[in-house]
Amino acid sequence: MNQAAACVSATALCKAFEDKKARTQVDALKSIELNIPTGSLTALVGPDGAGKTTLLRLMAGLMKASSGSLQVLGFDVSADPQSVQDRISYMPQRFGLYEDLSVQENLDLYADLHGVPQAERQERYQRLLHMTDLARFTDRLAGKLSGGMKQKLGLACTLVRSPELLLLDEPTVGVDPLSRRELWEIIQQLIDDEQLSVIVSTSYLDEASRCDRVYVLHGGEMLAQGTPDQLRCEADDCAFLAVPAEGKPPRELQARLLDAQEQIVDAVPQGGGVRFVTQRDVDRSALEALLDGAHCQPLESDLEDGFMVLLRRRLGPVEANPEAFEGDGDGRNDEVVIEVRDLVRKFGDFTAVASTSFDVRRGEIFGLLGPNGAGKTTTFRMLCGLLPSSSGSLQVAGVNLRTASASARKRIGYVSQKFSLYANLTVLENLRFFGGAYGLRGRALKQRIGAMLDQFDLRGQEKTPSGQLPGGFKQRLAMAAGLIHEPEILFLDEPTSGADPLARRAFWRRITALAEGGTTIVITTHFMEEAEYCDRILIQDAGKRLAIGTPQQVRELVDEQGGNLSMEDTFIGIVERNRQPEKGAA
Amino acid sequence: MTQIQNQTQIQSRFLTRLLSLIRKETRQLLRDRSNLLIGIGLPIILIFIFGYGVSLDVRNIRLALVLDDRSPAATNFVSGLTLSRYFNPVHADSVTAAEQMMQAGTVEGFVHLSSNFARELSAGQAQVQLVVSGTDATRAGSIVNYFSEQVAQWSGKAADRQGVSSPPGPRVEVVDRLWFNVANTSSWFLVPGLIVLIMTLVGTFLTAMVMAREWERGTLEALFVTPVRPTEVLLAKVTPYFFVGMLGLGLCIIAARVLFDVPIVGAPLMVVIGSTLYMLVALGIGLLISAVTRNQFLASQIALLASFLPALMLSGFVFDIRNLPLAVQVICYALPATYFMELIRTLFLAGDFWPLIIKDCLILAAYAAVLLGLARFVTRKSLD
Repeated sequence: MNQAAACVSATALCKAFEDKKARTQVDALKSIELNIPTGSLTALVGPDGAGKTTLLRLMAGLMKASSGSLQVLGFDVSADPQSVQDRISYMPQRFGLYEDLSVQENLDLYADLHGVPQAERQERYQRLLHMTDLARFTDRLAGKLSGGMKQKLGLACTLVRSPELLLLDEPTVGVDPLSRRELWEIIQQLIDDEQLSVIVSTSYLDEASRCDRVYVLHGGEMLAQGTPDQLRCEADDCAFLAVPAEGKPPRELQARLLDAQEQIVDAVPQGGGVRFVTQRDVDRSALEALLDGAHCQPLESDLEDGFMVLLRRRLGPVEANPEAFEGDGDGRNDEVVIEVRDLVRKFGDFTAVASTSFDVRRGEIFGLLGPNGAGKTTTFRMLCGLLPSSSGSLQVAGVNLRTASASARKRIGYVSQKFSLYANLTVLENLRFFGGAYGLRGRALKQRIGAMLDQFDLRGQEKTPSGQLPGGFKQRLAMAAGLIHEPEILFLDEPTSGADPLARRAFWRRITALAEGGTTIVITTHFMEEAEYCDRILIQDAGKRLAIGTPQQVRELVDEQGGNLSMEDTFIGIVERNRQPEKGAA
Repeated sequence: MTQIQNQTQIQSRFLTRLLSLIRKETRQLLRDRSNLLIGIGLPIILIFIFGYGVSLDVRNIRLALVLDDRSPAATNFVSGLTLSRYFNPVHADSVTAAEQMMQAGTVEGFVHLSSNFARELSAGQAQVQLVVSGTDATRAGSIVNYFSEQVAQWSGKAADRQGVSSPPGPRVEVVDRLWFNVANTSSWFLVPGLIVLIMTLVGTFLTAMVMAREWERGTLEALFVTPVRPTEVLLAKVTPYFFVGMLGLGLCIIAARVLFDVPIVGAPLMVVIGSTLYMLVALGIGLLISAVTRNQFLASQIALLASFLPALMLSGFVFDIRNLPLAVQVICYALPATYFMELIRTLFLAGDFWPLIIKDCLILAAYAAVLLGLARFVTRKSLD
């Protein structure tokens, strides 16, 4: 009952939003109880729409609670938001940098607004610029920085003074693993030096496991709270690693395990095998049957395992519909469908992609990985024919899409990074439009729309304008629109960016099923563990090809033994090894 | 003692924040080319269009002449028209030909002198037929007036030449003089009115975008969670645009004096004071639109429909309000632009008529206070 030591405490906190058109109320937060002690690092985790952002905004005094009370730093936020705002720093998800101001001007602005005395500034700036590695760019306009650098500048602007409480809303979303690690080093350093109280929302559970305390939100309710260790224990003795017999792809085993929801809570590919979490009362013989002779060993559970156990317990079995995808059996063969030779793309003096070559075979899942600004998106756009190459050759389904006829383009599907469907058309209208654009009509169109609605669980939402769909639905609709004409090759640009673990599992279940059916998939992603789903991956940095091969082959480039290294460490190892000589020279 | 210290400390923080925000707004304004284009480029274009391109004067009237009479008297009558700077006559062979020319739109009317013109004239009772295209009623009216004037002048001169004295009896002569626009040129009338348009454009159109842009880009969310107060944000938004608007005023005044020789009869100081008040009104409307819509596209559309177009059409810029239907007049007199239009024209062309100047200034001041107050009321540090 130490009230003085609590920096944030909430009792029966509720927040409802009114949907004026539908005349309904959406409960974003339902009766939240919180008591966050001063000087601690706290994580808010939960799937999309769990209420993380709303909770942070309430703490920052940007919204008023519908009922209940919320005390921040001893102030009642709803009664006196300004007193709270004078004392805290807050970094929203979309941090509002002024893109037409330079790095230095952005810093100055926030220093002035927070009333940082001139005398303290120089020392503070130097430290922040050093930590964020932005010292070389102080004169550059913020709009001309790469995504990761913008995020770091946003954090620096938030930290121009030492706040009593720091609120960070998904500070690492859309940021590559290298920048993500750097951001966390900055946060950690400040916590160590200045004993800050920090509350951070995140969809990365490895970030949450660094924190002192974790609050798990779901659908506006507090599902669980505790130290990462306490939450991890939810899955104690239930985590295993299974390595399938020689010659059998782990993806098959993973899909089989994930579908067996009676026995299995979660299954993801990891290091050539499958990491899975069983239900606590699992039937041993049923498990043996599922494993089908794969070698199995127990693992220590981690926070993600615990989180998945909590979510499954809450949600019950999830409707998945992978059968809808199973194509005409084994669609894979060695036919090369994408051939890239010495591809180069220059923008003025800047080489975005330098002499890159690779092949993709039918039915393969091919991953393009790299830090922000590595040339992934440029490569991607050239493959789709959206951007001409400066030199080199590329063939997609036997043609160069840049110059190919419309009928050749029908053989590919494309789902872009941003949601690019018509927000004021309904789900059905969007599908009809995209089907029509690919030349489908009449009965064929109707039948394909029906199939897409089934496959992507969009039934019941046909009449909803797509702009009003929840995040996960939007992503599924975008996929449905990209697949309506049954393309042979599907391009996906960061489709899981910002999605929570549950949505990502469901997404990859669909992707693997598609690949089984013979569709070739080319995908970019920031989530390194997702590279494990790919048959082969290509790692790029600064436009150059650094590594290509199966996840296992790439892993072995960094570590001879290879087995236990996570994909993220592998990636960071490869990128850093390549950057090393460059830094030495500079 | 400490209270005074606190007071000054709070003031100095307020100033630091305000100055910092103003610096930021000014930088953003200067770095965005489209702002400068609307703030400075567009006023210059408008000055040239309305100064040189648009003219409400009736000149160069194209008339067809159908002369069935070739007598010296008829030729003499026609030469008067040919020499006038208002008429550009052409000859037509017959009434039918003239009618065809009118239908083709090559002439705006025709004059028909019948074959017995000279005979009738010597009898003292000649008739001339004038047919004018009535598609533009205002212009048609002017043409009839000009023509009658021309005929009256000619017959006066003809009578003098023949030594015939004017008919006996009392005679009333109209001695007309145009006040306030001695030269009767429309640029005198339009260029001061342009000040209203340009200030509306800069004040409302540009500021309507600035708050909405911050809402859209999500920059306000970070800005709100600082010690900054909404008043400071609004003041900082308004300040640079106020000066851009005043720059537009300066451009108009220079153009009026240098290019179009428009006099400024009234007190120049009152021009500046009146413009300042109207600028605040325009900024208030812009901020209000911006704060309510939170969306740049919508804000720009509303700003155009609710401020610029009414200022162009309904403020009396071109069309006289008193000639409009009552319902439209009510709208006109609800627009602050109407009062500023009246004020600025009075000051430029008529001089210091104080009752009107004070009335208009008070109305504008009231609008400014209400609109800026509303903008402040609507802008809250809240995302709800």
